[in-house]
Amino acid sequence: MSSVPLFALVGAGLFCIGLYALIVYAHLLRKILAINVMGSGVFLVLATLADRTVNAAPDPVPHAMIITGIVVAVATTAFALVLMLKVAEKTGRAELPDERTG
Amino acid sequence: MEALAATVSWDACLIVLPLLGAIACFAWPNAAKKLALGTALAVLVSIASLTIRVTAAGAFRHAVGAWGAPLGIELLVDGLSLVMLSATAIVGLAITIYSAGYFKADVSSRFWPLWLFLWASLNALFLSSDIFNLYVALELTGLAAVTLTALAGSADALTAAARYLLVSLLGSLTYLLGVALVYHGFGSVDMAVLAGRVESTPVFWAAFSLMFVGLALKTALFPFHFWLPPAHASAPAPVSAALSGLVIKASFYILMRLWFEIVPADYSTFTNFLGVLGAAAVVWGGLQALRAKRLKLLIAYSTIMQVGYLFLAFPLAVAAAWRGALYLILSHALAKSAMFLAAGNILYCAGHDRIESLDRIAQRLPMSLAAFAVAGVSIMGLPPSGGFIAKWLMVEAALKSGQWWWAVTLVLGSLFAAAYVFKVVGYAFTQAEAPHTSIDVPAAMEWAALALAVAAVLMGLIAPWILASMEIGRAFPGAAIP
Repeated sequence: MSSVPLFALVGAGLFCIGLYALIVYAHLLRKILAINVMGSGVFLVLATLADRTVNAAPDPVPHAMIITGIVVAVATTAFALVLMLKVAEKTGRAELPDERTG
Repeated sequence: MEALAATVSWDACLIVLPLLGAIACFAWPNAAKKLALGTALAVLVSIASLTIRVTAAGAFRHAVGAWGAPLGIELLVDGLSLVMLSATAIVGLAITIYSAGYFKADVSSRFWPLWLFLWASLNALFLSSDIFNLYVALELTGLAAVTLTALAGSADALTAAARYLLVSLLGSLTYLLGVALVYHGFGSVDMAVLAGRVESTPVFWAAFSLMFVGLALKTALFPFHFWLPPAHASAPAPVSAALSGLVIKASFYILMRLWFEIVPADYSTFTNFLGVLGAAAVVWGGLQALRAKRLKLLIAYSTIMQVGYLFLAFPLAVAAAWRGALYLILSHALAKSAMFLAAGNILYCAGHDRIESLDRIAQRLPMSLAAFAVAGVSIMGLPPSGGFIAKWLMVEAALKSGQWWWAVTLVLGSLFAAAYVFKVVGYAFTQAEAPHTSIDVPAAMEWAALALAVAAVLMGLIAPWILASMEIGRAFPGAAIP
């Protein structure tokens, strides 16, 4: 049983590492990967917390949610990569410019 | 005929029709305009039929495929979802008519499927009563919105879209982590089931905080607003109208539903903090709008200000304030889309939207300028507009609950709005230093903008009917004001 909170903590840790990378790195590919690491963290939390009752089969509903989440993640990642290539094509760099607008 | 109308599930039509329309537009790009207009009208008919049913028989739940909660996904139609769906349908029809003239052939074939996908996902979001299904709808809405932003194809639009996408994904992942914790703590994702189970435990507050941060990012609450001005200013005009009028309201709608249905009790420190953020958004948005050099950027900052008003309802916490906030969502949806469409006309005609070089727009585009000014009446909150009713309800709530400082914020916001609307109108009448040629704007585009602006003002005149519709199947939380 003690492994359950451990994996949940690992998931939360992955989420935080991803968030850190998302903020710190400028390159869009790193940002997209960071989002994916965060997503994996969330899925790990979902999978771990499915084990809700002692000595019973794990709850299948979170697994269904993870599958939905993975489908969403794959689609968004593919789209994000295309968008990154378009940005690189137009601006010459796969990075976001500074926040200064207006 | 009537018996047939009674058996159709109009709520499901609201999701299925735009989805089918989107696929049809993708398959037959040459007929896309007609298909999209047909879809928009069909959605309007569905929402009218749904309104008739709900007004007569009250709110209802629809277990899709006869699989009810807790395992299946249920659609919920009550007053709150009904008014959001109606606002989406009205704004959606105007945007559809407008876009038929706005886009050139190459962009047009990509616009129509995406726009109908966006519409379908917004409808799905407003009908969901399941916090995981809301995540899916939120993600679909975000993806469609980002793709539409990128349609303009310029370097500005693409970088704005990339930033919007990252923020949107960050927001929905944070929300999803909250959903995971809620499911762990209370064993369900259905709002009605959760309402009976949720207790004020640390797990719940951790989950709610995550969901709140995710949704606040997507709603562009100050200080999470940084992504909004570039995205809304660089998207094509009809897309900006949909983003500002509808998409940011979707995440606020989820927040409102969570707050009404499952949050156990409100804590005044937390709600006051939200009020302070809202007030900061009003001041910051107002100042930036006054400083903006470009018309669409000005309108985008005005949206940040209006989002600030919405969060003032949390500390006010009386039923009248919530009615006011919802009324503001509706009137802002109409008025802000009208403003963006009018700005689109000006951009189309003049080829730029630099406010100081608006060259005699009043003579060239009298209807579009009128649309901008009339929408401005509602944004400022002058009678008899919908914006006036909203602010009146909120100011009344602030004064009667003894929190006069929020009333001051609301009045200050109106002054800011008056200042930036008149700044634009002033430049529109004068001759610019460098006069330039203009391109004729199709009449349908001018009418679409003006019709939305007039609708925003008329909303003030049919207030009793709309206020009664909001309350179908729900009482707003907080004490009633006598």
